[in-house]
This record gives sequence, structure tokens and C-alpha cells, in this order.
Amino acid sequence: MVPTNYYLILSAILFGLGIVAFVFKRNIITLFMAIELMLNAVNLAFVAFSQSLGKLDGEVFVLFVIIVAAAEAAVGLGIIILTARNRRSLNVERVDLLKL
Amino acid sequence: MTGPIFIFLVLAAVAIAGAVSLILYRHPIHSALSLIVVMIALAGLYLLMGAEFVAAVQLIVYGGAIMVLFIFVIMLLNAGEEERTNFSTLATYGGVPLAFAIAGLIAAALSRAGTEALPAAAQGGAVSSTRSLSMLLFSEFVYPFELTSFLILVAILGAIVLAQREN
Repeated sequence: MVPTNYYLILSAILFGLGIVAFVFKRNIITLFMAIELMLNAVNLAFVAFSQSLGKLDGEVFVLFVIIVAAAEAAVGLGIIILTARNRRSLNVERVDLLKL
Repeated sequence: MTGPIFIFLVLAAVAIAGAVSLILYRHPIHSALSLIVVMIALAGLYLLMGAEFVAAVQLIVYGGAIMVLFIFVIMLLNAGEEERTNFSTLATYGGVPLAFAIAGLIAAALSRAGTEALPAAAQGGAVSSTRSLSMLLFSEFVYPFELTSFLILVAILGAIVLAQREN
């Protein structure tokens, strides 16, 4: 059987890569995908803990995370469409109305 | 090396490669396809852990619905390659230390927990059956579950209001 720590390490690596993608990418859609990547990494940790502790609560949480991610994607992509329409660009650095 | 560990290592390598290529590709559609690879690898890992229902939901909802939504928006907006800009030096100089700090924090927490702290269960299908999962979901977690349907409704309304063309 695979030790639980392996899953946790993989989850941490994926989460870190998600952070790197979020910081370094410039396209607003790719930033959203980085958030999804981080959510997936956390889901992996949830399922690993759930299996390790022999309780199913973690898997229920994963279902909730997926539901919230779906809702977030729907609203977020709506905002992205609106932003792209108003700013004529998908680059996040060109969305700087609130910048001093 | 036993079978499950070999499968785990292959799937983990696929997932990490997908995540890295998400960062390296400059075109959003390539990043989206890389993310789908990551999600499919994670679904395989869930199957390996014996969480069949979560694996199926991962494939259908994440790999199917959400990513189709992403690709649909990418094509709708006709997103090209992202341009290289250097408006923000804060992201460059603050981002790398931040990423390393969080990675170090997680590594420290993992190493402090030790390998013996967690029982290396991952019993194939012994813990999670879809039946017991749904029993839990519809008894103990029934109120959060109903609340999520309300959340989805609000999200649909929000998406419609946001995306509609004015006048």
C-alpha cells in the first residue's frame, strides 16, 4: 500500500506549482486555472487523510469543494468575460484601474 | 517496488509534469489541456486509494464540465498567447520567496508529523463505498448539501447577470 505521506508530498508539490503559476502567469484565464490546480491539490490531501484515518468525512468535503469550485468557475468566468470586454485585454497587468 | 507504489509514482509524475507544463506553456488553451492531464492523473490516484465515487466526480465534473467551461471561454474570447510584460516587479521579487516559503512550511509540517504519525491505510475500497459515502452525505451533511444547491443557484444567476450584454 502507498504510504499516506507520499500523497501529502504530492499534494504539497502540486499546491506549490499552483502558487508559482498564479504568481507568474499573466493571462487571467490561466490564473483561474492555477486556482483550480490548488483546489485539486487540496482535494488530494483530503482524500488521502480520509483513507488514512478510515473516515469518509474527507471525501464528503471533496465533494463540497468540487461543488464550490464549479460555482466559482461559473461566476469567475463571467467576470473574466466582462473584464475582457471592457479592457480589451486578458492581461491582468492591464487591469489596473485601482492602482495608484 | 510493489504494484501500487509503481502506479502511484507514474500517476504522480504525470500530474507534476502536467502542472509544470501548465506554467511553461504560454497559450491558455495549452495550459487548459495540461490541467486536464493533471485532473485525469488525480482521478487515477483517487481510484488507487479506493475512492471510486470521488474519482468519477473528478472526471465528470472537473475534467468534463469545468474544463469545458474554461476552454469554451478561451475560444469565445479568442485568447492568444500571453504577452510578456514587466509592469509588476513585486510579483517577480515577492513571488519566488513566497512560493519557497509556503513549500518550506508544508515540508516542515510534513517532516515534523513523521512517517509513523499517519497509518498507511489506503485500503483499496475497504473504507469508502459509494453507499456509505451517500449515507453520510444525506444524513450528517444534509444541511450543507442543501445549502450548496442554493449556492449553485446564486452562481447561475450571477453568471447570467454578469455575462449579459447591456442595453
